[in-house]
Amino acid sequence: MKVCIIDYGLGNLTSVFNAVEKLGFDVCISNDIKEIADSTYLILPGVGSFSNGMKNLRKLNLIDLLNHEVLENKKPILGICLGMQLFASFGYENGLSKGLGWIKGDVKKLRLNLESERIPHMGWNDVSVTKGSILADNITESPVFYFVHSYQFIPEDSSLVTGVCDYAGGFAAMIEYKNIFATQFHPEKSHDIGLQLIENFLCRSDAHAEN
Amino acid sequence: MLKTRLIPVLLLKNGVLVRSRNFSLHQSTGNHIYQVERFSEWKADEIIYLDISREATHSMRSGNSTIGSTSSNLHNSIEDCNTDIIQIIRKISKVCFVPLTVGGGIRTLEDIRIRLAAGADKVSINTIAIDEPDFITRASKEFGAQCIVVSIDVKKCNDSWKVYKNFGKDDANISIDEWVTMVEKLGAGEVLIQSIDCDGFGNGYDLNLIKYVEEKVKIPAIVLGGVGDFSNLVEGNNAGKNIALAAANIFHFTEHSVLNAKNFLYESGVNVRV
Repeated sequence: MKVCIIDYGLGNLTSVFNAVEKLGFDVCISNDIKEIADSTYLILPGVGSFSNGMKNLRKLNLIDLLNHEVLENKKPILGICLGMQLFASFGYENGLSKGLGWIKGDVKKLRLNLESERIPHMGWNDVSVTKGSILADNITESPVFYFVHSYQFIPEDSSLVTGVCDYAGGFAAMIEYKNIFATQFHPEKSHDIGLQLIENFLCRSDAHAEN
Repeated sequence: MLKTRLIPVLLLKNGVLVRSRNFSLHQSTGNHIYQVERFSEWKADEIIYLDISREATHSMRSGNSTIGSTSSNLHNSIEDCNTDIIQIIRKISKVCFVPLTVGGGIRTLEDIRIRLAAGADKVSINTIAIDEPDFITRASKEFGAQCIVVSIDVKKCNDSWKVYKNFGKDDANISIDEWVTMVEKLGAGEVLIQSIDCDGFGNGYDLNLIKYVEEKVKIPAIVLGGVGDFSNLVEGNNAGKNIALAAANIFHFTEHSVLNAKNFLYESGVNVRV
């Protein structure tokens, strides 16, 4: 088994690498077509804007490859933060841009509804986890994760949301759909619980993909 | 509910961890890799690592420093400082599974790039932001606003605060009002506001400063300077519920310091991650 963290020029890949390495898995950071095709698990991290994210994936010729690996080969993939958002149909950051479209829905700016709330949503917040979540297996019912983002993923099918964070009126913190997994928070920076979540993805996502 | 963040700050001078008073007196505190590992395990919500090394010529002249010309770790150039701090970031990021902010000596986009590549999650910039405010925008565009923390050192002046640069040595000739507004507009993701007056005295935060930040600053904010015991953290939280609480010296010499601080805050009714 081999984990590939996809390098598309955005975000802190080293932190994700350190977390996967700490869990004892064979891991690389790459945008090489062969290396991505040869690995068994993919992680798409990333921070930055939606439009830049798509632009970089396109520039590196990764879109067709990722579509093939994820939709046809059913390779488990974990999207983190911007990585999660790119799974959507459309994003509205810096104008409208098309996403990977694996999970129908839009990425829009958080809408603050309390005086005390700020953008970006930054810090540790509670996530209410849905029963049966693979990612949150063995994790307490209301874990606390580290967030830093200004946009949210609004999927058309809300039953795919497996974790909700009660901020800015509530948004999708976790999504699980077949072999596609995603977190708006940063598991690699969420201490023990975050490491447990990454381990769940790497150890339990295969069975989920077959359903 | 979003938790109040508790953030230990580690000060690094010429490769050695130090504690600080009034931004000038520095005293060694021990092994930094070990400290970061312990802080991460003890549920620190984030860790800030500030490199306060000056160039060799400067260090030798600073007579009141307890880490002075006898140190074997003196740097000969900025490049040496960079190499050292990068190696340290690489090592500490391997044991740090909470967000790691690194600051000190950043002058170029390349300085930021190498720190992030080595494993920092955010960088804090100070003097360069004052000298070239446009740098905030460029850094924020290049790396994303979420990783650009503008650190602001202030001294009390009548009913307000004045901004200082160069490790609190030089008056930046700008008021906190003007600077905070500008920093937000230029695209910073977060601010770290440090009271030079309170630094190292352990008499508590400048609570008026916290109230000011809570009221005026629209982006996430951290305050630093003055914590002498855990009750000061509770006072800080009462003065500004949405402000992250940072402290340096208090965490250095006591066992289980971060864990105990967290428990103290929790028992005092503060909404923290435990």
